[in-house]
Amino acid sequence: MSSVLYDVPGPKARRISLIGSIIGVIVIGGLLVLAVMTLAQQGIFDPKRWAVFQIPDVWVLIGNGIGATLAAAAVAAVIAFPLGLLVCLLRISDNAWVRMPIRVVLEFLRGMPVVLMMLFVLLVFATSSFVAVVAGLVLYNSAIFAEIIRAGIQSLPKGQREAGLAIGLTSFQSRLTIELPQAIRRMLPSLVAQLVVLLKDTSLGYIVAYGELLRAVQVMADFLGPQYLFPVFFVAAAIYIAIDLAVSRLAIWLERRGSKRAAGGVAHVPVAGIPTK
Amino acid sequence: MDVIIENLPQYWDGFLRTLFLSVVSGIIALIVGTVLAAARVSPVAALRGFSMVYVEIVRNTPLTIAFFFAAVVLPRLGITFQQFEVAAIIALSAYTSAFIAEAVRSGVNSVPVGQAEAARSIGMKFSQVLTLIILPQALRTVIPPLINILIALVKNSSVAGAFYVLELFGYGKQLANANGDAVVWVLVGIAFFYLLITVPLGFLANFVERKVAIAR
Repeated sequence: MSSVLYDVPGPKARRISLIGSIIGVIVIGGLLVLAVMTLAQQGIFDPKRWAVFQIPDVWVLIGNGIGATLAAAAVAAVIAFPLGLLVCLLRISDNAWVRMPIRVVLEFLRGMPVVLMMLFVLLVFATSSFVAVVAGLVLYNSAIFAEIIRAGIQSLPKGQREAGLAIGLTSFQSRLTIELPQAIRRMLPSLVAQLVVLLKDTSLGYIVAYGELLRAVQVMADFLGPQYLFPVFFVAAAIYIAIDLAVSRLAIWLERRGSKRAAGGVAHVPVAGIPTK
Repeated sequence: MDVIIENLPQYWDGFLRTLFLSVVSGIIALIVGTVLAAARVSPVAALRGFSMVYVEIVRNTPLTIAFFFAAVVLPRLGITFQQFEVAAIIALSAYTSAFIAEAVRSGVNSVPVGQAEAARSIGMKFSQVLTLIILPQALRTVIPPLINILIALVKNSSVAGAFYVLELFGYGKQLANANGDAVVWVLVGIAFFYLLITVPLGFLANFVERKVAIAR
């Protein structure tokens, strides 16, 4: 592999790099072995502990946990996206009396921890924890979706809106039929990346006692005994990360595919789902 | 409203602890993240691979899982902490460093190719190219996204409140339980203290972004 940052390695540099790589692998491998041995001393790899996965109920509980996680994420995403669209249209409204209050509300929502919103809904409106989780996710993510779509509209060439207005469309018609479709298409990778954030944030439901995957792990550990905590946690974390990785891959795939197809390409997926322009 | 004034000492204590967690984790994450980004573009394949795998896995791990691991699973495995702040700082800085690494790497990619070529053509080694030419420029362009990541870090520190650390969110839960009749005000007070950190940081990010945009 060559890079602009360094010369194509010659035989000597390749040798040093290879030796360095081997040492690196040995060090990391050594640390892993050390970790595994420490775990083994704790009896983590005792087959009896992992036999817990032979109990069908454990899988039922894990399945319920995944189901609860995905249900909260799906409901929140389905509500948050249209809401984000609406808020975005209000945020870029020509009327300052509409625009400014929305802007303040968006700043407020973006500066607030999602857990705090969940707790607020849970305690103040005395809802079920499911409603609290979904409400917290919807409040936060609709604000982010709105900002992403706004960034998309602003990235369009000015002529798009001017042409729309020139052929006699109203401002709203131009937004809806000319600008939004292009903006959403451009921002698709960012929107999917934000979906990953939303999916990850469902795990905050653990804190407001929503029965998602992590809560299921806790319940099982409390019920079966603390010695089963590690195996169950390990499997649950692996499932969580696998789901998130899959959706992340989808975002990257959309970005690659989109940069070939969408007019003017798609916007690069921003770090941490925050539009960076 | 009274409930906020009556409990102001708790609010202040929580505010300081939130600030402490954010600053310490932020500094650790900035250092680790930059090193990870440097490893990602280095000529040594093992370093590149390690950095890539770390960033990919940590970025897709929910923060609550990282906290659960640091605060609940680690102690059961014999790694105990005197204070749960340590567990919180481990979880927060490990999580945030992955995002910082990605941001810095995208900054490295945004530095014009000619810069690295010029540096190499005057005979600089990789380490010199990176530390003297590329990273100073890269870090400058990624300051706005880095501030956004630090804002996210401040908000993420609220998860620590659920894992035995009495910062703003932890106090919020406690006060909400103690003052069942004034929950709204208790939480509005907590929200205010979070905004006290996040909103100025957001303005700072916008300001720096405009500055950098003009300079380029």
